[in-house]
Amino acid sequence: MSSLSNSLWVLLLGSLLGLELIGKVPPTLHTPLMSGANAISGITMLASLTLLSQAAGNPALLAIGALSLGFALYNVVGGFLVTDRMLAMFRRR
Amino acid sequence: MNSLSIDLFTDAIDLVAVLLLALGLKGLSKVRSARTANGLAALAMGLAVVGLLIQLQPSPITWLWIAVGSALGGLAGVLTAQRVPMTAMPEVVALFNGCGGMASLLVAVGVALFASQDSGMVELVSIAISVFVGAITFSGSIVAMAKLQGWLDTPAWTQSSLRHAVNIGLALLCLLGGIQIPAHPAGWPLWLLVGASTLLGIGVTLPIGGADMPVVISLLNSYSGVAAAAAGFVVGSQLLIVAGAMVGAAGLILTQVMCTAMNRSLVSVLFGGALGTAGGSVGGGGSEAGYTRITSCSPEECAMALEQAERVVFVPGYGLAVAQAQHALRELAKLLEAHGVEVSYAIHPVAGRMPGHMNVLLAEADVPYEQLVEMDIINPEFPRTDVVIVLGANDVVNPDAKSDPSSPLYGMPVLEVDQARQVFVVKRSLGAGYAGIPNALFELPQTAMVFGDAKAVLNGLLSELRSLGVGKVAAGAKEKVGV
Repeated sequence: MSSLSNSLWVLLLGSLLGLELIGKVPPTLHTPLMSGANAISGITMLASLTLLSQAAGNPALLAIGALSLGFALYNVVGGFLVTDRMLAMFRRR
Repeated sequence: MNSLSIDLFTDAIDLVAVLLLALGLKGLSKVRSARTANGLAALAMGLAVVGLLIQLQPSPITWLWIAVGSALGGLAGVLTAQRVPMTAMPEVVALFNGCGGMASLLVAVGVALFASQDSGMVELVSIAISVFVGAITFSGSIVAMAKLQGWLDTPAWTQSSLRHAVNIGLALLCLLGGIQIPAHPAGWPLWLLVGASTLLGIGVTLPIGGADMPVVISLLNSYSGVAAAAAGFVVGSQLLIVAGAMVGAAGLILTQVMCTAMNRSLVSVLFGGALGTAGGSVGGGGSEAGYTRITSCSPEECAMALEQAERVVFVPGYGLAVAQAQHALRELAKLLEAHGVEVSYAIHPVAGRMPGHMNVLLAEADVPYEQLVEMDIINPEFPRTDVVIVLGANDVVNPDAKSDPSSPLYGMPVLEVDQARQVFVVKRSLGAGYAGIPNALFELPQTAMVFGDAKAVLNGLLSELRSLGVGKVAAGAKEKVGV
């Protein structure tokens, strides 16, 4: 059970951190912040990688894992790039 | 390296990744640091992947599948990010978000189907949560995207209380499936949960009107963080738990910020139905026949007023972006500035299609963000403004929101352009705004309508101003500066 309680602590502290990180956001950044946070939520690709490496040659599981990795990476790569595209425009004066 | 030092090494990488993610999320809320912060967060994700791969040491066959999955997903991501027009940003964020939810859903289903023999209770409960949240995130985001694209309408039955009964029924089915998963991990409860949660995601998103969709996307974004954290419990990754929890919580705050900006409460967005259909009947239909005292004028008259003005404020709305007129507007502003006119842009918090969207669209047209002035700051400035030009905005400049308690917009914060000396509203026709409500601004004595496509009108203004000699004066002024 100790690994569970560890994980629950991590969950609690992570949530509190998330609540603190975003305080006052200027309206200019609402859209980019949303798409940036969205890209970070694609971190679930770590779970896809773990699943793939535990598949032990099971083709169905490998396929599900690869599909899941593809979806997650679409979210991550697309999310970060599109956020960067928006923020790059704010740079110019 | 032996296994202990590998563990230490990968633990260190994970810690650095979490730190960078937190710094990235923090930095994204300040204009100056936002772009670097986005890069930091991306770097953190890359580090986390490298650390995990060192730890997992995948076999060659696994590497092959990893390569296939990442090549397809990554390439599609690059193409989408490069090609999407800035006007379509809300849809794209919804699409990306739905895919993140789908990924969590697939991981949980995979684990449930094939690794269930030795699963403990914690794992099974996490699987249920991950499937539930992942499926809702996926179907909800896809519905949100389809509604924003105009592929889906708001069906009439979803505006009746029938939808609450349907959704409660679906939620009960989800609960049943979730409770039964530990007894039959790979059996019918899993599929019941997958099906019912997917339908529930559709059922709760479909009744919500397009204007409220950004709030929904932001909330679904928070859900996808929760789904990632749940997937972290499924595969036993603390990094995933902390990152998922962070995004989930930050997404909730962001949702709250957006609700405040749009003057809506989260509860009324989620359960109140679409604003347009509910408010349209109250507002008396909003047909063209409602207006009696409309003054219209030509671009020439408007140009003459601009030429005389000392202070001009533009109020851009989404109609401007639809007409692709941001660049023409920027050109007009430059010309006026060279003529010595003080120019600024009044940005309503919900201008565009999601909070902050108009800022992005104007930035694309090279408008310096310092000239974009927030509502609270520009409102006191309107009384000393000579000319206001409203371009493709409607409800956000409706004075009824302040003065008429019977208006459906009553209480919504608006740009007080009626305080300015002269107001020109550039509009295609007298059609009603997004919420289907007539606009009292159009009938005020200081208001004149300039009918036409925003881009055509702006180009007309540019050539009128040039023929009035505004460009020449500008050249003369520059020479003076040069001397």
